[in-house]
Amino acid sequence: MKNQTVDTSMQSTVARAVRMKWKRTVKAWLLLAPALFFLFVFTLYPVAQSLYSSLFRDNLSTIKPVFIGLDNYKALLKDPVFRECFRNNLLIAVVTIPLCMGLAVILATISNRLTRGVSLVRLGFIYPTFIPLVAAANIWMFIYTPIYGLLGYINPSWRFLADGKTAIWALIVMLIWKNTGYIMLFYIAGLHGIDKELYEAARIDGATETQMFTKITWPMLQATNIYVLIIVLTNAYKMVDHLYIMTKGGPGNATNMLLFYIYQTGFDYWDTGKASAITVILVLMMLIITSVNFFTSDRKAFYND
Amino acid sequence: MRKKSVANYIVNVLLFALMFICMIPVIWMIRTAFIRQDLALDLFAVSMPTLDNFRRVLDAAPFFKYYGNTLFITVGVLLVQFVLITMAGYVFARIDFYGSNFLFVLFLSQMMIAPEVLILPNYTLMSRLGLTDTRIGIMLPFFTSAMGTLIVRQTIKTIPYELEEAARADGANLLQILVMVYVPLLRSAYLTFGMISVSYQWNNFLWPLVMTDSVANRPLSLGLAMFAMSYETGAQWSDVSAATLLVCAPLLIAFILFQRQFVESFMHSGIK
Repeated sequence: MKNQTVDTSMQSTVARAVRMKWKRTVKAWLLLAPALFFLFVFTLYPVAQSLYSSLFRDNLSTIKPVFIGLDNYKALLKDPVFRECFRNNLLIAVVTIPLCMGLAVILATISNRLTRGVSLVRLGFIYPTFIPLVAAANIWMFIYTPIYGLLGYINPSWRFLADGKTAIWALIVMLIWKNTGYIMLFYIAGLHGIDKELYEAARIDGATETQMFTKITWPMLQATNIYVLIIVLTNAYKMVDHLYIMTKGGPGNATNMLLFYIYQTGFDYWDTGKASAITVILVLMMLIITSVNFFTSDRKAFYND
Repeated sequence: MRKKSVANYIVNVLLFALMFICMIPVIWMIRTAFIRQDLALDLFAVSMPTLDNFRRVLDAAPFFKYYGNTLFITVGVLLVQFVLITMAGYVFARIDFYGSNFLFVLFLSQMMIAPEVLILPNYTLMSRLGLTDTRIGIMLPFFTSAMGTLIVRQTIKTIPYELEEAARADGANLLQILVMVYVPLLRSAYLTFGMISVSYQWNNFLWPLVMTDSVANRPLSLGLAMFAMSYETGAQWSDVSAATLLVCAPLLIAFILFQRQFVESFMHSGIK
Protein backbone atom coordinates (compact mmCIF):
# COMPACT_ATOMS: atom_id res chain seq x y z
CA MET A 1 0.00 0.00 0.00
CA LYS A 2 2.76 2.40 0.91
CA ASN A 3 4.69 1.87 -2.33
CA GLN A 4 1.95 2.72 -4.73
CA THR A 5 3.36 3.78 -8.05
CA VAL A 6 2.33 7.07 -9.55
CA ASP A 7 0.42 5.52 -12.43
CA THR A 8 -1.97 3.66 -10.12
CA SER A 9 -5.11 5.63 -10.54
CA MET A 10 -7.11 6.74 -7.53
CA GLN A 11 -10.05 4.69 -8.74
CA SER A 12 -8.32 1.36 -8.76
CA THR A 13 -7.03 2.05 -5.24
CA VAL A 14 -10.55 2.71 -4.06
CA ALA A 15 -11.84 -0.34 -5.90
CA ARG A 16 -9.13 -2.41 -4.30
CA ALA A 17 -10.00 -1.09 -0.85
CA VAL A 18 -13.66 -1.88 -1.42
CA ARG A 19 -12.78 -5.35 -2.66
CA MET A 20 -10.63 -5.92 0.42
CA LYS A 21 -13.41 -4.74 2.66
CA TRP A 22 -15.87 -7.10 1.01
CA LYS A 23 -13.38 -9.90 1.58
CA ARG A 24 -13.13 -8.94 5.25
CA THR A 25 -16.90 -8.70 5.42
CA VAL A 26 -17.35 -12.27 4.21
CA LYS A 27 -14.76 -13.45 6.73
CA ALA A 28 -16.40 -11.48 9.57
CA TRP A 29 -19.91 -12.72 8.83
CA LEU A 30 -18.65 -16.30 8.59
CA LEU A 31 -16.97 -16.01 12.00
CA LEU A 32 -20.12 -14.49 13.46
CA ALA A 33 -22.42 -16.99 11.79
CA PRO A 34 -22.79 -19.48 14.66
CA ALA A 35 -23.34 -16.78 17.28
CA LEU A 36 -25.75 -14.98 14.96
CA PHE A 37 -27.64 -18.19 14.35
CA PHE A 38 -28.36 -18.73 18.06
CA LEU A 39 -29.03 -15.03 18.56
CA PHE A 40 -31.55 -15.10 15.77
CA VAL A 41 -33.29 -18.35 16.74
CA PHE A 42 -33.49 -17.80 20.50
CA THR A 43 -33.71 -14.03 20.90
CA LEU A 44 -34.92 -12.28 17.76
CA TYR A 45 -37.31 -14.88 16.40
CA PRO A 46 -39.00 -15.37 19.82
CA VAL A 47 -39.58 -11.62 20.07
CA ALA A 48 -41.24 -11.67 16.64
CA GLN A 49 -43.18 -14.79 17.58
CA SER A 50 -44.51 -13.10 20.75
CA LEU A 51 -45.52 -10.06 18.76
CA TYR A 52 -47.47 -12.31 16.38
CA SER A 53 -49.07 -14.49 19.08
CA SER A 54 -50.09 -11.44 21.06
CA LEU A 55 -52.57 -10.56 18.30
CA PHE A 56 -54.56 -13.77 18.80
CA ARG A 57 -56.96 -15.06 21.37
CA ASP A 58 -55.24 -18.31 22.23
CA ASN A 59 -56.23 -19.88 25.54
CA LEU A 60 -57.83 -23.03 26.90
CA SER A 61 -61.30 -21.92 25.82
CA THR A 62 -60.39 -21.50 22.15
CA ILE A 63 -59.86 -24.48 19.90
CA LYS A 64 -57.98 -22.55 17.26
CA PRO A 65 -56.26 -19.16 17.81
CA VAL A 66 -58.53 -16.31 16.70
CA PHE A 67 -57.12 -13.05 15.39
CA ILE A 68 -58.26 -10.23 17.67
CA GLY A 69 -55.88 -7.39 16.80
CA LEU A 70 -54.83 -5.40 19.83
CA ASP A 71 -57.56 -6.71 22.14
CA ASN A 72 -55.04 -8.53 24.37
CA TYR A 73 -53.25 -5.26 24.96
CA LYS A 74 -56.46 -3.38 25.58
CA ALA A 75 -57.51 -6.02 28.10
CA LEU A 76 -54.15 -5.77 29.85
CA LEU A 77 -54.53 -2.02 30.33
CA LYS A 78 -57.69 -2.76 32.31
CA ASP A 79 -56.28 -5.84 34.06
CA PRO A 80 -55.74 -4.93 37.74
CA VAL A 81 -53.18 -7.73 38.20
CA PHE A 82 -51.12 -6.47 35.29
CA ARG A 83 -51.22 -2.95 36.65
CA GLU A 84 -50.18 -4.11 40.07
CA CYS A 85 -47.26 -6.11 38.61
CA PHE A 86 -46.27 -3.08 36.60
CA ARG A 87 -46.29 -0.88 39.70
CA ASN A 88 -44.31 -3.45 41.67
CA ASN A 89 -41.68 -3.71 38.95
CA LEU A 90 -41.38 0.04 38.88
CA LEU A 91 -41.11 0.26 42.66
CA ILE A 92 -38.44 -2.43 42.77
CA ALA A 93 -36.45 -0.74 40.01
CA VAL A 94 -36.71 2.70 41.56
CA VAL A 95 -35.69 1.48 45.01
CA THR A 96 -33.13 -1.22 44.33
CA ILE A 97 -31.19 0.37 41.47
CA PRO A 98 -29.92 3.51 43.24
CA LEU A 99 -29.45 1.66 46.53
CA CYS A 100 -27.50 -1.21 44.97
CA MET A 101 -25.34 1.07 42.87
CA GLY A 102 -24.75 3.56 45.67
CA LEU A 103 -23.92 0.90 48.23
CA ALA A 104 -21.73 -0.98 45.77
CA VAL A 105 -19.64 2.00 44.77
CA ILE A 106 -19.22 3.14 48.38
CA LEU A 107 -18.34 -0.34 49.61
CA ALA A 108 -15.89 -0.84 46.75
CA THR A 109 -14.20 2.50 47.45
CA ILE A 110 -13.95 1.98 51.20
CA SER A 111 -12.86 -1.65 51.00
CA ASN A 112 -10.16 -0.67 48.50
CA ARG A 113 -8.54 1.61 51.07
CA LEU A 114 -8.36 -1.02 53.79
CA THR A 115 -4.85 -1.96 54.80
CA ARG A 116 -5.92 -5.41 55.92
CA GLY A 117 -8.97 -7.61 55.59
CA VAL A 118 -9.67 -6.61 51.98
CA SER A 119 -10.36 -10.19 50.89
CA LEU A 120 -12.53 -10.87 53.91
CA VAL A 121 -14.64 -7.79 53.28
CA ARG A 122 -14.98 -8.60 49.59
CA LEU A 123 -15.94 -12.15 50.45
CA GLY A 124 -18.51 -10.96 52.96
CA PHE A 125 -20.26 -8.69 50.49
CA ILE A 126 -19.83 -10.59 47.23
CA TYR A 127 -20.76 -14.11 48.31
CA PRO A 128 -24.54 -13.66 47.76
CA THR A 129 -23.75 -13.40 44.02
CA PHE A 130 -22.90 -17.08 44.06
CA ILE A 131 -26.01 -18.20 45.91
CA PRO A 132 -28.83 -19.11 43.52
CA LEU A 133 -31.87 -16.91 43.99
CA VAL A 134 -34.08 -19.90 44.87
CA ALA A 135 -31.54 -20.95 47.51
CA ALA A 136 -31.43 -17.39 48.80
CA ALA A 137 -35.22 -17.50 48.99
CA ASN A 138 -35.03 -20.60 51.20
CA ILE A 139 -32.56 -18.93 53.53
CA TRP A 140 -34.58 -15.73 53.76
CA MET A 141 -37.67 -17.73 54.57
CA PHE A 142 -35.85 -18.82 57.72
CA ILE A 143 -35.37 -15.16 58.49
CA TYR A 144 -38.86 -13.89 57.71
CA THR A 145 -41.04 -16.76 58.92
CA PRO A 146 -43.08 -15.52 61.91
CA ILE A 147 -42.29 -16.84 65.39
CA TYR A 148 -39.63 -19.38 64.36
CA GLY A 149 -37.72 -17.20 61.91
CA LEU A 150 -34.64 -15.25 62.88
CA LEU A 151 -36.62 -12.01 63.07
CA GLY A 152 -39.21 -13.87 65.13
CA TYR A 153 -36.73 -13.84 67.99
CA ILE A 154 -36.88 -10.05 67.98
CA ASN A 155 -40.64 -9.78 67.65
CA PRO A 156 -42.73 -12.94 67.20
CA SER A 157 -45.68 -11.02 65.75
CA TRP A 158 -43.81 -9.65 62.72
CA ARG A 159 -45.32 -11.08 59.56
CA PHE A 160 -43.56 -9.18 56.86
CA LEU A 161 -44.31 -11.60 54.03
CA ALA A 162 -47.96 -12.09 54.92
CA ASP A 163 -48.76 -8.38 54.97
CA GLY A 164 -49.50 -6.84 51.59
CA LYS A 165 -47.90 -3.56 52.63
CA THR A 166 -44.58 -4.92 53.87
CA ALA A 167 -44.10 -8.03 51.72
CA ILE A 168 -42.56 -6.24 48.77
CA TRP A 169 -40.19 -4.32 51.03
CA ALA A 170 -39.07 -7.55 52.65
CA LEU A 171 -38.26 -8.87 49.19
CA ILE A 172 -36.49 -5.65 48.23
CA VAL A 173 -34.16 -6.03 51.23
CA MET A 174 -33.29 -9.51 50.01
CA LEU A 175 -32.73 -8.33 46.43
CA ILE A 176 -30.36 -5.61 47.60
CA TRP A 177 -28.45 -8.18 49.67
CA LYS A 178 -28.29 -10.45 46.63
CA ASN A 179 -27.29 -7.87 44.00
CA THR A 180 -24.99 -5.38 45.67
CA GLY A 181 -21.97 -7.69 45.72
CA TYR A 182 -22.20 -8.40 42.02
CA ILE A 183 -22.29 -4.70 41.22
CA MET A 184 -19.44 -4.16 43.66
CA LEU A 185 -17.29 -6.47 41.53
CA PHE A 186 -17.75 -4.20 38.54
CA TYR A 187 -16.87 -1.15 40.60
CA ILE A 188 -13.77 -2.82 42.04
CA ALA A 189 -12.68 -3.45 38.46
CA GLY A 190 -13.60 0.11 37.48
CA LEU A 191 -11.69 1.64 40.40
CA HIS A 192 -8.68 -0.41 39.45
CA GLY A 193 -8.67 1.31 36.06
CA ILE A 194 -8.34 4.80 37.54
CA ASP A 195 -4.85 6.27 37.45
CA LYS A 196 -3.50 6.52 41.02
CA GLU A 197 -1.60 9.67 40.14
CA LEU A 198 -4.87 11.57 39.90
CA TYR A 199 -5.41 10.98 43.60
CA GLU A 200 -1.81 11.90 44.42
CA ALA A 201 -2.20 15.18 42.56
CA ALA A 202 -5.51 15.89 44.26
CA ARG A 203 -4.03 15.12 47.67
CA ILE A 204 -1.19 17.55 47.06
CA ASP A 205 -3.76 20.17 46.16
CA GLY A 206 -5.42 19.51 49.50
CA ALA A 207 -8.61 17.84 48.25
CA THR A 208 -10.83 16.13 50.81
CA GLU A 209 -11.94 12.50 50.52
CA THR A 210 -15.41 13.59 49.47
CA GLN A 211 -14.04 15.90 46.81
CA MET A 212 -11.81 13.16 45.47
CA PHE A 213 -14.82 10.88 45.23
CA THR A 214 -17.10 13.36 43.47
CA LYS A 215 -14.43 14.96 41.26
CA ILE A 216 -12.27 11.96 40.36
CA THR A 217 -13.73 8.59 41.27
CA TRP A 218 -17.32 9.06 40.13
CA PRO A 219 -16.56 10.76 36.77
CA MET A 220 -13.89 8.17 36.02
CA LEU A 221 -16.42 5.39 36.62
CA GLN A 222 -18.78 6.51 33.86
CA ALA A 223 -17.83 3.61 31.58
CA THR A 224 -18.46 1.14 34.42
CA ASN A 225 -21.80 2.78 35.10
CA ILE A 226 -23.07 1.89 31.63
CA TYR A 227 -22.41 -1.80 32.20
CA VAL A 228 -23.75 -1.65 35.70
CA LEU A 229 -26.91 0.20 34.75
CA ILE A 230 -27.77 -2.37 32.08
CA ILE A 231 -27.20 -5.15 34.60
CA VAL A 232 -29.25 -3.61 37.41
CA LEU A 233 -32.01 -2.56 35.05
CA THR A 234 -32.41 -6.00 33.53
CA ASN A 235 -32.04 -7.61 36.96
CA ALA A 236 -34.85 -5.46 38.32
CA TYR A 237 -37.19 -7.06 35.79
CA LYS A 238 -35.90 -10.60 35.54
CA MET A 239 -35.25 -11.59 39.16
CA VAL A 240 -38.44 -13.40 40.11
CA ASP A 241 -37.29 -16.90 41.11
CA HIS A 242 -37.68 -16.11 44.80
CA LEU A 243 -41.39 -15.44 44.29
CA TYR A 244 -41.89 -19.11 43.50
CA ILE A 245 -40.65 -20.05 46.97
CA MET A 246 -41.54 -17.07 49.12
CA THR A 247 -44.86 -15.54 48.12
CA LYS A 248 -46.05 -16.85 44.74
CA GLY A 249 -46.65 -13.20 43.99
CA GLY A 250 -48.94 -12.74 46.99
CA PRO A 251 -50.47 -11.82 49.32
CA GLY A 252 -53.01 -11.06 46.61
CA ASN A 253 -50.62 -9.79 43.98
CA ALA A 254 -48.72 -7.47 46.30
CA THR A 255 -45.32 -8.90 45.32
CA ASN A 256 -46.15 -10.14 41.86
CA MET A 257 -43.95 -9.03 38.97
CA LEU A 258 -44.41 -8.93 35.21
CA LEU A 259 -42.11 -11.85 34.46
CA PHE A 260 -43.75 -14.02 37.10
CA TYR A 261 -47.13 -12.97 35.74
CA ILE A 262 -45.98 -14.16 32.30
CA TYR A 263 -45.12 -17.49 33.89
CA GLN A 264 -48.47 -17.72 35.66
CA THR A 265 -50.49 -16.63 32.63
CA GLY A 266 -48.59 -18.76 30.14
CA PHE A 267 -47.90 -21.90 32.13
CA ASP A 268 -50.58 -22.04 34.84
CA TYR A 269 -53.57 -20.66 32.90
CA TRP A 270 -52.23 -21.45 29.42
CA ASP A 271 -53.43 -18.11 28.08
CA THR A 272 -50.80 -17.86 25.36
CA GLY A 273 -52.21 -14.74 23.70
CA LYS A 274 -52.25 -12.72 26.89
CA ALA A 275 -48.87 -14.00 28.08
CA SER A 276 -47.40 -13.08 24.68
CA ALA A 277 -48.76 -9.57 24.99
CA ILE A 278 -47.12 -9.18 28.43
CA THR A 279 -43.89 -10.56 26.95
CA VAL A 280 -43.98 -7.96 24.20
CA ILE A 281 -44.61 -5.16 26.68
CA LEU A 282 -41.77 -6.33 28.93
CA VAL A 283 -39.37 -6.63 25.98
CA LEU A 284 -40.33 -3.14 24.82
CA MET A 285 -39.84 -1.74 28.32
CA MET A 286 -36.41 -3.29 28.62
CA LEU A 287 -35.37 -2.09 25.17
CA ILE A 288 -36.60 1.44 25.79
CA ILE A 289 -35.07 1.76 29.24
CA THR A 290 -31.72 0.27 28.34
CA SER A 291 -31.38 2.12 25.05
CA VAL A 292 -32.25 5.44 26.65
CA ASN A 293 -29.49 4.71 29.13
CA PHE A 294 -27.20 3.54 26.35
CA PHE A 295 -27.72 6.39 23.92
CA THR A 296 -27.75 9.18 26.47
CA SER A 297 -24.57 8.06 28.14
CA ASP A 298 -21.07 8.20 26.83
CA ARG A 299 -20.94 5.40 24.30
CA LYS A 300 -17.16 5.24 24.34
CA ALA A 301 -17.33 2.28 26.67
CA PHE A 302 -18.87 0.25 23.92
CA TYR A 303 -17.38 1.64 20.76
CA ASN A 304 -13.82 2.47 21.73
CA ASP A 305 -11.27 0.74 23.84
CA MET B 1 -4.71 14.31 60.85
CA ARG B 2 -5.99 12.97 64.13
CA LYS B 3 -9.59 13.78 63.33
CA LYS B 4 -9.23 12.00 60.01
CA SER B 5 -7.98 8.78 61.53
CA VAL B 6 -10.89 8.73 63.98
CA ALA B 7 -13.29 9.17 61.08
CA ASN B 8 -11.51 6.43 59.22
CA TYR B 9 -11.82 4.16 62.20
CA ILE B 10 -15.55 4.76 62.45
CA VAL B 11 -15.99 4.11 58.75
CA ASN B 12 -14.11 0.84 59.03
CA VAL B 13 -16.12 -0.30 62.03
CA LEU B 14 -19.32 0.46 60.13
CA LEU B 15 -17.99 -1.42 57.13
CA PHE B 16 -17.29 -4.55 59.15
CA ALA B 17 -20.61 -4.28 60.98
CA LEU B 18 -22.45 -4.11 57.66
CA MET B 19 -20.40 -7.04 56.39
CA PHE B 20 -21.44 -9.05 59.42
CA ILE B 21 -25.10 -8.25 58.81
CA CYS B 22 -24.65 -9.28 55.21
CA MET B 23 -23.20 -12.60 56.34
CA ILE B 24 -25.97 -13.46 58.80
CA PRO B 25 -28.03 -15.41 56.24
CA VAL B 26 -25.16 -17.70 55.29
CA ILE B 27 -24.08 -18.19 58.91
CA TRP B 28 -27.67 -19.01 59.83
CA MET B 29 -27.93 -21.49 56.98
CA ILE B 30 -24.67 -23.27 57.79
CA ARG B 31 -25.52 -23.45 61.48
CA THR B 32 -28.98 -24.89 60.80
CA ALA B 33 -27.62 -27.38 58.28
CA PHE B 34 -25.28 -28.96 60.82
CA ILE B 35 -27.39 -28.83 63.97
CA ARG B 36 -29.43 -31.69 65.33
CA GLN B 37 -32.87 -31.65 63.77
CA ASP B 38 -34.76 -31.28 67.05
CA LEU B 39 -32.73 -28.19 67.98
CA ALA B 40 -33.07 -26.38 64.66
CA LEU B 41 -35.75 -23.99 65.85
CA ASP B 42 -33.90 -22.89 68.95
CA LEU B 43 -31.66 -19.93 68.13
CA PHE B 44 -29.34 -20.44 71.08
CA ALA B 45 -29.11 -24.21 71.00
CA VAL B 46 -25.68 -25.69 70.54
CA SER B 47 -24.94 -29.23 69.51
CA MET B 48 -22.10 -31.22 68.06
CA PRO B 49 -22.16 -30.70 64.28
CA THR B 50 -23.95 -33.58 62.67
CA LEU B 51 -24.21 -34.86 59.09
CA ASP B 52 -27.58 -36.50 59.73
CA ASN B 53 -29.44 -33.73 57.93
CA PHE B 54 -27.39 -34.23 54.80
CA ARG B 55 -27.90 -37.97 54.96
CA ARG B 56 -31.68 -37.54 55.15
CA VAL B 57 -31.67 -35.04 52.28
CA LEU B 58 -29.68 -37.32 50.02
CA ASP B 59 -32.01 -40.19 50.85
CA ALA B 60 -35.11 -38.12 50.17
CA ALA B 61 -34.20 -36.52 46.84
CA PRO B 62 -31.84 -37.43 43.97
CA PHE B 63 -29.43 -34.56 44.52
CA PHE B 64 -26.55 -36.37 42.83
CA LYS B 65 -28.65 -36.64 39.70
CA TYR B 66 -29.40 -32.90 39.96
CA TYR B 67 -25.69 -32.19 40.38
CA GLY B 68 -24.92 -34.19 37.27
CA ASN B 69 -27.54 -32.29 35.27
CA THR B 70 -26.39 -28.88 36.44
CA LEU B 71 -22.77 -29.78 35.77
CA PHE B 72 -23.62 -31.06 32.30
CA ILE B 73 -25.63 -27.94 31.46
CA THR B 74 -23.12 -25.50 32.96
CA VAL B 75 -20.02 -27.02 31.35
CA GLY B 76 -21.74 -27.61 28.03
CA VAL B 77 -23.01 -24.05 27.79
CA LEU B 78 -19.65 -22.66 28.85
CA LEU B 79 -17.65 -24.61 26.26
CA VAL B 80 -19.87 -23.50 23.39
CA GLN B 81 -19.89 -19.95 24.71
CA PHE B 82 -16.09 -19.82 24.85
CA VAL B 83 -15.80 -20.74 21.18
CA LEU B 84 -18.53 -18.37 20.05
CA ILE B 85 -17.50 -15.35 22.13
CA THR B 86 -13.88 -15.73 21.01
CA MET B 87 -14.83 -15.63 17.34
CA ALA B 88 -17.43 -12.89 17.73
CA GLY B 89 -15.29 -10.81 20.12
CA TYR B 90 -12.37 -11.01 17.69
CA VAL B 91 -14.51 -9.89 14.77
CA PHE B 92 -15.92 -6.88 16.64
CA ALA B 93 -12.51 -5.90 18.00
CA ARG B 94 -10.35 -6.30 14.91
CA ILE B 95 -12.27 -6.45 11.66
CA ASP B 96 -13.59 -3.40 9.85
CA PHE B 97 -16.46 -4.77 7.77
CA TYR B 98 -19.81 -3.90 6.23
CA GLY B 99 -22.63 -4.17 8.74
CA SER B 100 -20.39 -4.12 11.81
CA ASN B 101 -22.34 -1.42 13.64
CA PHE B 102 -25.67 -3.00 12.81
CA LEU B 103 -24.58 -6.46 13.99
CA PHE B 104 -23.01 -5.01 17.11
CA VAL B 105 -26.25 -3.32 18.13
CA LEU B 106 -28.06 -6.60 17.37
CA PHE B 107 -25.71 -8.36 19.78
CA LEU B 108 -26.20 -5.69 22.43
CA SER B 109 -29.95 -6.17 22.18
CA GLN B 110 -29.44 -9.64 23.63
CA MET B 111 -27.93 -8.03 26.71
CA MET B 112 -31.01 -5.87 27.04
CA ILE B 113 -33.59 -8.59 26.44
CA ALA B 114 -32.86 -11.10 29.16
CA PRO B 115 -33.51 -14.69 27.97
CA GLU B 116 -35.82 -15.18 30.97
CA VAL B 117 -38.32 -12.77 29.47
CA LEU B 118 -38.68 -15.02 26.44
CA ILE B 119 -39.64 -18.20 28.32
CA LEU B 120 -42.99 -18.48 26.58
CA PRO B 121 -41.96 -18.15 22.90
CA ASN B 122 -38.81 -20.18 23.52
CA TYR B 123 -40.85 -22.90 25.19
CA THR B 124 -43.23 -22.94 22.21
CA LEU B 125 -40.22 -23.24 19.91
CA MET B 126 -38.71 -26.05 21.95
CA SER B 127 -41.92 -28.02 22.00
CA ARG B 128 -42.14 -27.67 18.22
CA LEU B 129 -38.57 -28.98 17.98
CA GLY B 130 -39.40 -31.77 20.41
CA LEU B 131 -36.73 -30.55 22.84
CA THR B 132 -38.80 -29.93 25.96
CA ASP B 133 -37.60 -31.85 28.97
CA THR B 134 -34.12 -32.28 27.50
CA ARG B 135 -30.87 -30.84 28.77
CA ILE B 136 -29.85 -29.63 25.32
CA GLY B 137 -33.13 -27.73 25.14
CA ILE B 138 -32.29 -26.00 28.42
CA MET B 139 -28.84 -25.09 27.10
CA LEU B 140 -29.57 -23.83 23.58
CA PRO B 141 -30.84 -20.28 24.33
CA PHE B 142 -27.62 -19.44 26.18
CA PHE B 143 -25.05 -20.37 23.54
CA THR B 144 -24.68 -16.82 22.26
CA SER B 145 -23.64 -14.40 24.96
CA ALA B 146 -23.54 -10.69 24.24
CA MET B 147 -21.84 -10.01 27.55
CA GLY B 148 -19.11 -12.56 26.87
CA THR B 149 -18.62 -11.16 23.37
CA LEU B 150 -18.27 -7.70 24.84
CA ILE B 151 -15.74 -8.81 27.45
CA VAL B 152 -13.60 -10.61 24.84
CA ARG B 153 -13.85 -7.67 22.46
CA GLN B 154 -12.73 -5.16 25.08
CA THR B 155 -9.84 -7.39 26.13
CA ILE B 156 -8.66 -8.00 22.55
CA LYS B 157 -8.58 -4.25 22.02
CA THR B 158 -5.96 -3.97 24.75
CA ILE B 159 -3.72 -6.55 23.03
CA PRO B 160 -1.16 -5.01 20.62
CA TYR B 161 -2.08 -5.67 17.00
CA GLU B 162 1.62 -6.26 16.24
CA LEU B 163 1.35 -9.72 17.82
CA GLU B 164 -1.22 -10.74 15.24
CA GLU B 165 0.80 -9.21 12.40
CA ALA B 166 3.94 -11.03 13.52
CA ALA B 167 2.08 -14.34 13.60
CA ARG B 168 0.65 -13.61 10.18
CA ALA B 169 4.12 -12.84 8.83
CA ASP B 170 5.16 -16.26 10.11
CA GLY B 171 2.42 -17.74 7.95
CA ALA B 172 -0.18 -18.42 10.63
CA ASN B 173 -3.78 -18.65 9.47
CA LEU B 174 -6.73 -17.13 11.28
CA LEU B 175 -7.48 -20.21 13.35
CA GLN B 176 -3.85 -20.44 14.45
CA ILE B 177 -3.78 -16.73 15.28
CA LEU B 178 -6.89 -17.08 17.43
CA VAL B 179 -5.69 -20.19 19.23
CA MET B 180 -1.98 -19.37 19.57
CA VAL B 181 -2.01 -15.58 19.95
CA TYR B 182 -5.31 -14.55 21.46
CA VAL B 183 -6.62 -17.46 23.52
CA PRO B 184 -3.64 -17.47 25.94
CA LEU B 185 -3.94 -13.70 26.40
CA LEU B 186 -7.68 -13.92 27.03
CA ARG B 187 -7.26 -15.97 30.18
CA SER B 188 -8.57 -13.34 32.57
CA ALA B 189 -11.46 -12.56 30.23
CA TYR B 190 -12.36 -16.27 30.17
CA LEU B 191 -12.09 -16.56 33.94
CA THR B 192 -14.28 -13.51 34.49
CA PHE B 193 -16.89 -14.57 32.00
CA GLY B 194 -16.63 -18.19 33.13
CA MET B 195 -17.57 -17.28 36.68
CA ILE B 196 -20.42 -15.07 35.46
CA SER B 197 -21.72 -17.78 33.14
CA VAL B 198 -21.38 -20.61 35.65
CA SER B 199 -23.15 -18.68 38.38
CA TYR B 200 -25.82 -17.72 35.86
CA GLN B 201 -26.52 -21.35 34.97
CA TRP B 202 -26.30 -22.41 38.61
CA ASN B 203 -28.89 -19.70 39.38
CA ASN B 204 -31.08 -20.43 36.40
CA PHE B 205 -34.53 -21.41 37.54
CA LEU B 206 -37.54 -20.19 35.61
CA TRP B 207 -36.42 -21.62 32.27
CA PRO B 208 -35.64 -25.13 33.57
CA LEU B 209 -38.88 -24.91 35.58
CA VAL B 210 -40.99 -24.62 32.46
CA MET B 211 -38.78 -26.91 30.37
CA THR B 212 -38.47 -30.00 32.56
CA ASP B 213 -41.07 -32.28 33.97
CA SER B 214 -38.95 -35.18 35.05
CA VAL B 215 -36.19 -35.80 37.56
CA ALA B 216 -33.98 -36.99 34.71
CA ASN B 217 -33.23 -33.50 33.41
CA ARG B 218 -33.89 -31.31 36.42
CA PRO B 219 -31.00 -29.05 37.50
CA LEU B 220 -30.01 -28.35 41.10
CA SER B 221 -31.83 -25.04 41.51
CA LEU B 222 -35.09 -26.63 40.49
CA GLY B 223 -34.47 -29.78 42.52
CA LEU B 224 -33.87 -27.62 45.56
CA ALA B 225 -37.08 -25.67 45.03
CA MET B 226 -39.08 -28.90 44.66
CA PHE B 227 -37.47 -30.25 47.81
CA ALA B 228 -38.11 -27.09 49.81
CA MET B 229 -41.70 -26.87 48.61
CA SER B 230 -42.41 -30.31 50.03
CA TYR B 231 -41.68 -28.90 53.49
CA GLU B 232 -43.99 -26.04 54.26
CA THR B 233 -43.54 -26.02 58.01
CA GLY B 234 -40.53 -24.99 60.01
CA ALA B 235 -40.04 -28.46 61.43
CA GLN B 236 -37.71 -29.59 58.66
CA TRP B 237 -35.58 -26.49 58.51
CA SER B 238 -32.45 -28.39 59.18
CA ASP B 239 -33.15 -30.54 56.12
CA VAL B 240 -33.93 -27.59 53.89
CA SER B 241 -30.81 -25.83 55.16
CA ALA B 242 -28.69 -28.86 54.43
CA ALA B 243 -30.14 -29.10 50.92
CA THR B 244 -29.62 -25.38 50.34
CA LEU B 245 -26.03 -25.67 51.49
CA LEU B 246 -25.50 -28.63 49.16
CA VAL B 247 -26.62 -26.46 46.26
CA CYS B 248 -24.63 -23.36 47.22
CA ALA B 249 -21.44 -25.00 48.45
CA PRO B 250 -19.61 -25.69 45.15
CA LEU B 251 -19.76 -22.09 43.92
CA LEU B 252 -19.12 -20.63 47.36
CA ILE B 253 -16.07 -22.82 47.88
CA ALA B 254 -14.81 -22.03 44.39
CA PHE B 255 -15.24 -18.34 45.07
CA ILE B 256 -13.47 -18.52 48.45
CA LEU B 257 -10.55 -20.46 46.96
CA PHE B 258 -10.13 -18.37 43.83
CA GLN B 259 -11.35 -15.03 45.11
CA ARG B 260 -8.06 -13.24 44.46
CA GLN B 261 -7.69 -14.56 40.92
CA PHE B 262 -11.33 -13.93 40.20
CA VAL B 263 -11.35 -10.33 41.40
CA GLU B 264 -8.04 -9.67 39.64
CA SER B 265 -9.27 -11.16 36.39
CA PHE B 266 -12.34 -8.98 36.69
CA MET B 267 -10.02 -5.97 36.93
CA HIS B 268 -7.94 -7.00 33.94
CA SER B 269 -10.73 -8.07 31.67
CA GLY B 270 -12.29 -5.42 29.49
CA ILE B 271 -14.83 -4.42 32.15
CA LYS B 272 -13.90 -0.98 33.35
